[in-house]
Amino acid sequence: MSTAASYHPPEELLLAYAAGSLDEATALLLATHLTFCPHCRAEVARMEAVGGGVLAELPPAQMGAGALAATLDRLGERPAKPAVRTLSPSFGLPAPLRAYIPEGEENLAWRRVGRGIEQVMIVTSRNVRARLQRVAPGVVMPTHTHEGNEMTLVLRGGYVDGTLDYGPGDVAIADNDITHTPAADPIEGCLCLAVTDAPLRLTSFFGRMLNPFLDL
Amino acid sequence: MRRAGAKGGWIGVSTTVTSGEAGQGNGPWEDLLIAVAENGDREAFSRLFRHFAPRIKTFMMRLGVSDAGAEELAQEAMMAVWRKAPSFDPARAGAGTWIFTIARNLRIDLLRREKRPEIDPNDPMLVRDPEPAVDDAMDAVQREAGVRRALAELPPEQAEVVSLSFYEDTPHAEIAARLMIPLGTVKSRLRLAMKRIRAQLGDLT
Repeated sequence: MSTAASYHPPEELLLAYAAGSLDEATALLLATHLTFCPHCRAEVARMEAVGGGVLAELPPAQMGAGALAATLDRLGERPAKPAVRTLSPSFGLPAPLRAYIPEGEENLAWRRVGRGIEQVMIVTSRNVRARLQRVAPGVVMPTHTHEGNEMTLVLRGGYVDGTLDYGPGDVAIADNDITHTPAADPIEGCLCLAVTDAPLRLTSFFGRMLNPFLDL
Repeated sequence: MRRAGAKGGWIGVSTTVTSGEAGQGNGPWEDLLIAVAENGDREAFSRLFRHFAPRIKTFMMRLGVSDAGAEELAQEAMMAVWRKAPSFDPARAGAGTWIFTIARNLRIDLLRREKRPEIDPNDPMLVRDPEPAVDDAMDAVQREAGVRRALAELPPEQAEVVSLSFYEDTPHAEIAARLMIPLGTVKSRLRLAMKRIRAQLGDLT
């Protein structure tokens, strides 16, 4: 893996990630993007430094009289050296995502939701859902629009949407103003992580027929 | 990892010293953390506690935690500082930034009962930067100081949205509602603020 991402999450989402206010599903997508993107990692590091600056400027609150003594009593003898982490097999997926699917991608309960389209839910938090989606080579998604927002991160392969070409690490954002018909890469297909805060609404006749079954 | 004492040690640090002001090498707070990590130094820990615990408590209270709950969380955060001190690396983050991330992660873990997805620096899939940006090469302690100077110079309306971003659970919508300004204005102020901070750090891209 050597090429960095070309399409990035918006700055205010990076800031929410650095601040710790994002829901877990969106934070998972951002952490996975960061694995692909040194540019956004540097941005998050700057934003965390801003967090340190904000903390430093806060007026100190009054601590209880025995707070320090009580904390000293609870400390261990001395801090332990960090344990060396053993990496689980990567399955070709970035570490933040791998933490959610230790059994590996192939052992997930993939559900077919359309011709050449399969998906599996990964995590839901505060009504925001993250799911893995894989689309077979050359498959075109039924034309659809969005009730809310959808953010998609390409993990492997890619897709073309209109004139835009998305590859590994790239993030695309669609909202309810966008009607689109993305087409998976003709050779590799597409594995992506998608985060939605509302169900999709399919707009083509074929799509409307599918809508009750898709549960996207 | 740099060693304690590179900048004359931490002895004599006063409560008015702000982390990162040293400019070159480690500041006093970094040296205190290293003393905790390497020697289990309880006096160094006490100094860190006196400075950071009351601020972490304020941070938690601003997030809506009660006085007693915030006190407990501040103590928990400082115990995590003790436990995790050996993994503190002043090349990657200044002490204030590192302690902020500990308080933030504790908030996600204990207040929201959610996990915090994070990159693994040893991940074989991690894409490295072929040409590090100017401020990546900059010392993390210097970067922290630079960010603080930039924060102090932000126009008040930008400083306000940046600071509120760290106290809200759904930042943009709630900040917009609280300040009675459109959501787009919140986002544009945040972007302008980050642009100024990047410029202060010498990365104009």
